[in-house]
Amino acid sequence: MADEIKIGAYICKGCGLGDRLDIGQLEMTATRDGKAAICQQHDFLCSDAGVKMIQDDIDNEGVNRVVIAACSRRAKTDAFAFDNVTLSRANLREGVIWVRPDEDDQQETTQEMADDYVRMACAEAKYMKVPQASGQQGVNKNILIAGGGISGMTAALEASKAGYPCTIVEKTGALGGATAQLYKKIPTKSPYADPEDNGVAELIAAVEADSNITVCLNSTLTNTAGAPGRFEADITTESGSTETKSFGAIVQASGFKPYDANQLTEFSYTKSQDVITQAELEALAIAADGGPIKRPSDGKEVENVMFIQCAGQRSKKEGHLEHCSGFCCSASIKQAMYFKDQNPDIDTTVLYTDLRTPGAGGENFYRSGQKKGIIFTKGIATEVVHSKNPIVKFKDLILDEDVEDEVDLVVLATGMVPNSGQPTRAELTQSDNDDIAADKAGEEREIRIDVESILNLDYRQGKDVPHMENGFADSHFICFPYETQRTGIYTAGPTRRPMDTTQAMDDAMGAAMKAISEAENAGLGKAAHPRVADLSFPSFRAEGCTQCKRCTVECPFGAINETEDGYPEFNESRCRRCGTCMGACPVRVISFENYSIDTVGQQLKAVDIPDEFEEKPRMLILACENDAYPALDMAAQNKIEYSAFTRVIPVRCLGSVSLSWITDSMNSGFDGIMLMGCPSGDDYQCHFVKGSGTAQERMGKVGDTLESLSLEKERVQTFEISITDIHKVPKLINDMAETIEQIGMSPFKF
Amino acid sequence: MATKEYSFYPGCSSQEGASSSNYLKSVQSMCDVLDIKLNVIPDWNCCSASIGYCGGGELPRLALSARNIALSEQHNAGQDIVATCAACWLATKETQERLDDDAGLMDETNQALAEAGLKLKNDNKIRHMVEVLIEDVGYEEMGKHVKKPLDGIKIAGYVGCQTNRPFGIEGESFENPKYLDKFIETMGAEPVENYDKKVSCCGGALAFSEPEKSQALIKDIIEAAYDGGADMIVTPCPVCQMNVEVYQDKINAKYGTKFNIPVTYYSTLMSVAYGKNGKESGLNGQIIKAKQLEEIAAK
Amino acid sequence: MSDLNTGMVEKYRNNFLKEVEANVEEGDWVKMCMQCGVCSGSCPLGPHWDHPPQELFMMIRAGKRDEVLQSTSMWMCTSCYNCIVRCPRELPITHIMHGLAHYATRLGIEPKGQPTRQFAQLFWDNLAKNGRVNELWLGVNLYFMNGFVEGIKVAMGMAGIGLGMLKSGRLSLKELIGGHTVKDKKGFKAMIKKAQELEAARVDGSN
Repeated sequence: MADEIKIGAYICKGCGLGDRLDIGQLEMTATRDGKAAICQQHDFLCSDAGVKMIQDDIDNEGVNRVVIAACSRRAKTDAFAFDNVTLSRANLREGVIWVRPDEDDQQETTQEMADDYVRMACAEAKYMKVPQASGQQGVNKNILIAGGGISGMTAALEASKAGYPCTIVEKTGALGGATAQLYKKIPTKSPYADPEDNGVAELIAAVEADSNITVCLNSTLTNTAGAPGRFEADITTESGSTETKSFGAIVQASGFKPYDANQLTEFSYTKSQDVITQAELEALAIAADGGPIKRPSDGKEVENVMFIQCAGQRSKKEGHLEHCSGFCCSASIKQAMYFKDQNPDIDTTVLYTDLRTPGAGGENFYRSGQKKGIIFTKGIATEVVHSKNPIVKFKDLILDEDVEDEVDLVVLATGMVPNSGQPTRAELTQSDNDDIAADKAGEEREIRIDVESILNLDYRQGKDVPHMENGFADSHFICFPYETQRTGIYTAGPTRRPMDTTQAMDDAMGAAMKAISEAENAGLGKAAHPRVADLSFPSFRAEGCTQCKRCTVECPFGAINETEDGYPEFNESRCRRCGTCMGACPVRVISFENYSIDTVGQQLKAVDIPDEFEEKPRMLILACENDAYPALDMAAQNKIEYSAFTRVIPVRCLGSVSLSWITDSMNSGFDGIMLMGCPSGDDYQCHFVKGSGTAQERMGKVGDTLESLSLEKERVQTFEISITDIHKVPKLINDMAETIEQIGMSPFKF
Repeated sequence: MATKEYSFYPGCSSQEGASSSNYLKSVQSMCDVLDIKLNVIPDWNCCSASIGYCGGGELPRLALSARNIALSEQHNAGQDIVATCAACWLATKETQERLDDDAGLMDETNQALAEAGLKLKNDNKIRHMVEVLIEDVGYEEMGKHVKKPLDGIKIAGYVGCQTNRPFGIEGESFENPKYLDKFIETMGAEPVENYDKKVSCCGGALAFSEPEKSQALIKDIIEAAYDGGADMIVTPCPVCQMNVEVYQDKINAKYGTKFNIPVTYYSTLMSVAYGKNGKESGLNGQIIKAKQLEEIAAK
Repeated sequence: MSDLNTGMVEKYRNNFLKEVEANVEEGDWVKMCMQCGVCSGSCPLGPHWDHPPQELFMMIRAGKRDEVLQSTSMWMCTSCYNCIVRCPRELPITHIMHGLAHYATRLGIEPKGQPTRQFAQLFWDNLAKNGRVNELWLGVNLYFMNGFVEGIKVAMGMAGIGLGMLKSGRLSLKELIGGHTVKDKKGFKAMIKKAQELEAARVDGSN
């Protein structure tokens, strides 16, 4: 790429732009104000001829900064894709003519909008560079799989089939995990009527026969360093020997631990041998091997069994699990069939409050259970009385009466506790637990955690992937389908959310596919979801850095470590390119090649601010490119008008917004600033987890600054916008315009 | 068009001097215009409707309808069986289905039929008159014969239960069947849109045994018709017709309402629209006179 | 209690569900109920049932034999078939209700004074006599089912309706003496008898 910046600006006259705008004037703006070396108009810029015109200038005239003044940056991305140049888009269609009325008396302000967008695009072009991958890592096709249960084995087999060598690290001495302990499993095939062989032996055989899969038994991960494409994992055996291997991506299939039934004193679990968990019944069934199942206390053949669903789960009681484990209803139906299939005269009752049988065949399996004569009673067990035969006391919710039933055996459907490793420091400090709050005061003091880590990540932000609800290492489904908050690490199976064997195997397949694509992407220096294939990555100017560590703390993906001498260490392939670090940096030393303090800062400075007496206020909108900007585009597609005094700049995330942009725009005479980000909080919709929340926190402090400048704090406002808010967004803009009319123009116009 | 022939099961209530004899009258007039020939099943018997279950067990009740079907097979071979009464249609169709599904029951039914010298093959279609009109005649053809469009009459199409559930009319929904409204439109009248009680229950046979509970249901059915601006109510079911028409005085006495709304059959509307006189249309069978229809019929 | 009832109690002991499955029309379906309650919510006389269908099914599974069979609930069914078409499990609920009512009657433990039970019996007797329903006699019997004095009161109350029906030609006094009937009464009655015998043999093993 040539060192010299050469801007080529291309103005489209299609889609009504030529009729609504003075294109000659725009051309003058591009060349005079925008310093474009070349400026051309075209009737239909996204046509083959239009694109060729641009490509010719790149090839023959040395244009290396392309400015397209046409439609939204979200439109025609296939046509306007040029190699080795930067691309800036002046949004004249969705941003101007579609949101303004086609009336003579509006022409002047509409044209001003268009001129400003051309100036802004040229200013951005001037400060952008063509991103180049860092070359921090090459493609590493090896996939690390933590956990050798059915999820881990499925992930390994799937990845191996696609040509990616896998290493399974299994803590115990055998593959198979929890499923291997099952007599039979919930059916996976039509007609979903009977329990099925657990299938573990076949999976193990397939894994063992696969030369592409390495199995490390009795092993744990004692350290996992690096980043996607260059993970370095220490695999340590029980005897203490450690081997370090490198991997491109990781699948964490660490499964679950059964809930500790000793806590269920009301059900006499500790007192009575004939009150058992589902897992313990599996063992009895394996021992019976198709014959009559005998109860533990006296070996009597069971004639009457009661299953208590939701034992210690779906409850807010101390020590209980809040979540539904999802598999236990089907598991009880399956276990009742162990009895019914052996002897239809055995009484089997499933005591439930809401029977949930998820999955394709769930309902069929439930019906099959009913056909086999399993009695389903809707009721809540209150107590199991220990006696020779346990007595179950329950409230029948249909008949509204208290019932006592004496049975031979009680089976408790206890739930899943995710084996998801340690909570992150941030998670712990957010908790309202007193001890931890005290710990928080001591900031750097080591937080003691009883739980063993799974991955032992060498990340500043914590040893395991962050947990979501109820401790599961889930993704946020809306924003990260299948992703975790640690790039290149994918959770699968019950460590991610409660599920049965079928779902776990499907989940493993998905995780394997994601791991493969991330290993490839990382090797090429390309970003993962949502800025897929973005080559830019953050870098910083060490001489300006104050080592405040804010960037390392605020990075939602744990991408930034610290070097030994206290500087941030960016791991490009862990980075999602949101720019939260850039927004966090108080001394503005962090930037991306194509997104920086200047690429935005110079745009807002390029806006022509009319003097106070012209009564043409200017409002700046910094809009999240994932939700708010599309909402604005869609409002435009629906021809919903908003104020002509609006100037919109898309940002990667509100988290990337630097306070300097706010002060700069106030200083240059903007009358109002609107920040539009995604909904934050527990049900956040931020693609980068907490960008909008972080921005709101930062903006909280702007009020004081405004007051010190004698400016009204209404001039800077933050909004939460969903992508569907297409009617709300224009209204907010117009409300802001009204507010400015009331409080008057900014005094900072020069 | 060639004459269409069907094996006809009129049912108890349409017999001479019975509660829906006027229904039969208007059906005959309607069929006359549409060139439909109804061959009555000789010596048909009661189907036991849906209230015979106390004394009659499953098999005796199935035998009742089986006898009618067997007689039809014997005398009206190859013809679809058509009923005008909802309960007759339902019981006969139900019998056909259940015997089709259960070979044991079929065998026992035939043992019982043998006592009456009959045998059942069970391969004829069992249909409601409404199905014949929709599927074999069609709305267009039905409309062609209209001589006196029922202009200016607003009618609530009360479908009720048993013409609608559990079998219903092909292509119609259980919750909001549209065919009766289309009949009304085709005859030149205006249907009440979104008639709230279109498929609600009138109490059926329980109008006799639980009069107060049933009349509460009937009150809502009539009220909703008035709310929709109806001048009259039309229905395909004899029990619906009777229950909704005859208890209006009692309901008025109990609830202080002033109900006086005529309730007729779809076939009554069609006969009048087809130019038949009041008697031919069964209008003299109205306890609450359908004055608007009488005026048109007299023209 | 009838001998049949005692016999059935003996035979099925505490498994009322099995008894229902074996002896009640469509009783095989009871176990398939998933307790959603759509039937109860869809019933036009729902509030008048002591135990709506959903609850009856649960009671059957819980072995509440007497409470179910002696209940007036099933007799509240108007045969509107709302429950059948709405049941997500496609249980033939209307038929099961009829079946339970009939089974209770067969055992002789049904609520005898319940008006619908009386009317339903009258209806059957009426049709079984001549092969066709005689609406006049059905009405007369209905009004007098609770005794003569009560009957006169009811009949007086209904006189307006009867008069209207007579005037409009929809009720005929001819029915008092003779009236409609099937021609092959002998064959008809033999058929019913045979069907009853076959069913009895299946249900209680007698005959």
